[in-house]
Amino acid sequence: MKFAVIVFPGSNCDHDAHYAVTQVLGQQSALIWHKDTDLQGADVVILPGGFAHGDYLRTGAMARFSPIMREVQAFAERGGPVIGICNGFQILLEAGLLPGAMLRNRGLKYRCEHVHVRVETTDTPATAGAYKGQVLTIPIGHGEGNYYAPPDLLKRIEDNQQVVLRYTTADGRLDDDANPNGSVNAIASVCNDRRNVVGMMPHPERACEPALGGTDGLVILQSIVKALTTA
Amino acid sequence: MSIDPQVLERHGLKPDEYERIVAFMGREPNLTEIGIFSVMWSEHCSYKSSRVHLRTLPTEGPQVLQGPGENAGAVDIGEGLAAVFKIESHNHPSFIEPYQGAATGVGGIIRDIFTMGARPIALMNSLRFGALDAPGTRRLVDGVVAGIAGYGNSIGIPTIAGEIVFDPMYAGNPLVNVFCLGISKASDIIKGVASGVGNGVYYVGAKTGRDGIHGATMASAEFDEKSAEKRPAVQVGDPFMEKLLLEACLEVMKTDALIGIQDMGAAGLTCSTTEMGSRGGAGIEIDTALVPQRETGMTPYEIMLSESQERMLLVSKQGREAEVEAIFEKWDLHAVRIGHVTDDGMLRVKHQGQVVAEIPNRALTDEAPVYRRPMESPAYLPEAQTLDLETIVGSGSPEKALATLLSSPTIASKHWAYRQYDHMVQTNTMNLPGLGAGVVRIKGTDRALAMSVDGNGRHCYLDPKRGAALAVAEAARNVACAGAKPLAATNCLNFGNPERPAIMWQFGQAVAGIGEACRALDVPITGGNVSLYNETDGKAIYPTPIIGVVGLLEHADRLLTRRFQRSGDVVVLLGDSHCEVGGSEYLARVHGLVRGVPPSLDLKAERALQDLLVKLAEARLIRSAHDCSDGGIAVTLAECCFGSQGIGVEVSLMAVDAPSSLQVDATLFAESASRVVVSVDGSLVTEVLQSAAALGVPARVIGETGGNRIRLAVAGQIVVDVATADAERIWSQAIEQVVAQKVA
Repeated sequence: MKFAVIVFPGSNCDHDAHYAVTQVLGQQSALIWHKDTDLQGADVVILPGGFAHGDYLRTGAMARFSPIMREVQAFAERGGPVIGICNGFQILLEAGLLPGAMLRNRGLKYRCEHVHVRVETTDTPATAGAYKGQVLTIPIGHGEGNYYAPPDLLKRIEDNQQVVLRYTTADGRLDDDANPNGSVNAIASVCNDRRNVVGMMPHPERACEPALGGTDGLVILQSIVKALTTA
Repeated sequence: MSIDPQVLERHGLKPDEYERIVAFMGREPNLTEIGIFSVMWSEHCSYKSSRVHLRTLPTEGPQVLQGPGENAGAVDIGEGLAAVFKIESHNHPSFIEPYQGAATGVGGIIRDIFTMGARPIALMNSLRFGALDAPGTRRLVDGVVAGIAGYGNSIGIPTIAGEIVFDPMYAGNPLVNVFCLGISKASDIIKGVASGVGNGVYYVGAKTGRDGIHGATMASAEFDEKSAEKRPAVQVGDPFMEKLLLEACLEVMKTDALIGIQDMGAAGLTCSTTEMGSRGGAGIEIDTALVPQRETGMTPYEIMLSESQERMLLVSKQGREAEVEAIFEKWDLHAVRIGHVTDDGMLRVKHQGQVVAEIPNRALTDEAPVYRRPMESPAYLPEAQTLDLETIVGSGSPEKALATLLSSPTIASKHWAYRQYDHMVQTNTMNLPGLGAGVVRIKGTDRALAMSVDGNGRHCYLDPKRGAALAVAEAARNVACAGAKPLAATNCLNFGNPERPAIMWQFGQAVAGIGEACRALDVPITGGNVSLYNETDGKAIYPTPIIGVVGLLEHADRLLTRRFQRSGDVVVLLGDSHCEVGGSEYLARVHGLVRGVPPSLDLKAERALQDLLVKLAEARLIRSAHDCSDGGIAVTLAECCFGSQGIGVEVSLMAVDAPSSLQVDATLFAESASRVVVSVDGSLVTEVLQSAAALGVPARVIGETGGNRIRLAVAGQIVVDVATADAERIWSQAIEQVVAQKVA
């Protein structure tokens, strides 16, 4: 199986995702420069974390105009799985591939720490190998992860079960103290209508090896492999 | 033209220095040349006051691949790899503009590392502020922490460890020391040299503006109430531009089309052209009109002195220019040829073809003034060193004293700060911040590197030589506590005005102490930075040498943390305890005293202790290790419990020899050096004690982990009995509680 990891200028988790896919998952992966226009036959596309174009405007606002994004869009429209992690999630929102928007974190500070997220649906490529209600411990690292959607859109997202992960306590309870950034309905991850495009603020690639303090991120990455092999 | 004394004063040049310039040039310099001399001869660039002392430091060893003199030092870490690292200060800019000052400090040290051909993989910092609750401190702390985060997070280099100390002595002059470490192939280290007549000199990166003109001169002067007016001398950072530069430069370096490369840091284009030419025994000729500019009407003077950030100067091999240009083009950067290498040893600056400055490199580097400044033991010292223990009445409540220390912002958890730093990007971080040394694995190998930055200004104030040696010992000990063998060190020497003999004495003593400790512990100095004139309105900071030590774990899986791992383990204290409360956090926080002499340091014993730790870790004989420093063994034991899901500990300590009213407090809180608390599986205790005995390290079983309380007995009497959770709450919330309050 072949992953494409898109490299925007300012991406900084591109090599981390590439490493996790190739060295931990044992799958193929190609780092694809944002000016390229060919996904090189990838089966799945990852938009990695970072600060594409410096994120001096709004996070992700510039990256959506990169040449490769037309290909990503077409790939998504064909039903191909696209996973946006952190800045990748922000880019997917800006590109209109996912509903909603990001605000500055409640508290206005960047936060890097392990958080608990609960799996809300297993009907996405990022969670196909998890079970509903499973609580994963995965790090976040962002200053703009306060997910927002206006009430009617939020209702649609919830009704369609497009919420993929929610911030919870270690035992899976919703608790405002467990919400690190103030996201509406504690949303950490959403998918599109068609469920093939998923954006998430947590970094699964940072939690794939015991030496780094946890392996819950593997549940996400292995889900992608499972979703593709059983599709 | 003749030079007005006011012009010299504005440039920070002394009249005798000007005479020296005229004598060397054989003529009066023009204003552009004066500007160039002023930055190259500033304390910041020339090390004119410190050089005679720095020369005494040990800088060699089989592990050293690159010592001082290049952009950064490098050590051999095996498997053909090198660790490239350095520490640098950005104190003055951070006081004037905390966010940008700190951010550009981070940007500058990162450039020093990738300039050497190494990919930066870790950042650390050492910060000093005034009392946390004092007016003005919050603004500085918020700004500095946000600036470090803003730059490091964006560029994608994890900030993995550091220290923050709060003391009124830094109220008027905070310290921001930043450390960066990168990895390269040992054979691929690149240097900042220019050679080969006719080779192209390229400028790449951000355009040049009027920001930061005379930053180096500013960093070489004291502060007064007018310092805020110097704000335009602080540069503005652009981490995105630096990320592009980093990736593009590393890509260019792989091609071998480069002769040399250097970042434009302090003194910008002036320093990079001079130093590259000087190191290569060549000259450089540039035309300032070719330099990309973001403002109109800039003069050659301004262009040469600008400290705009994120700029590099590089020399390409002839015939390879197109390759170099294409790589920068890919990253949307434009490498512009602004001149060429000559063989006349001159820095020649033209503007639209017209020579505007012409100075021999030698005049700017080797011929820069070197001062053997007068030194005199400070008048405060005899009084400050006097500490009559009989007059100090113990706290009477060790539990309360422990709580006071755990909530001291210097000791309390810095979670509030490091949560703002991305400490996990690059997926190498093995030890989360706050657990002792920073540790990153080296992908593709079994190895890991441990690193620590340490310094204790109070100790150095009371005895700069011993205090500085203690800082070296502590940094190396922290690395050894992670199970890593200390390899080498970098230093950042923060002091007051060197023109005052008492300050210069502190400096000389501290360097002597560093040298002695580095020799004994076999951690040569591979580079660093000197920051003088850390004074505001004539009031100097504590003399504060900060030492960064890097160590190697040959097997990353032998990594140790400070945390107790499970209940029922035996707690062993390595090292001896004495009634050494001089200069301690206990004396300062509980008694409001900064007095006495810092703890004694037996470097042989320290070396044995560190060797032992590495050996115990390698043989997997211990489960955790944590050194005793601020707050003494009581704080150490408490910290071993924190983050371990509430595991408690019960220990019984022998009383130290002290006046009776002080005996309990001194046993718990004295800061005797060369001590480490380790936890050991019961079945391995004998082996641990034998290993210690074999190396001559005092070792004693003092108790056991377990339960959920911290219970400490002195001479058989329980004197502290607190719930681990309660102690941890005090420690973890102390800083948050203060910073959560709105800034008034």
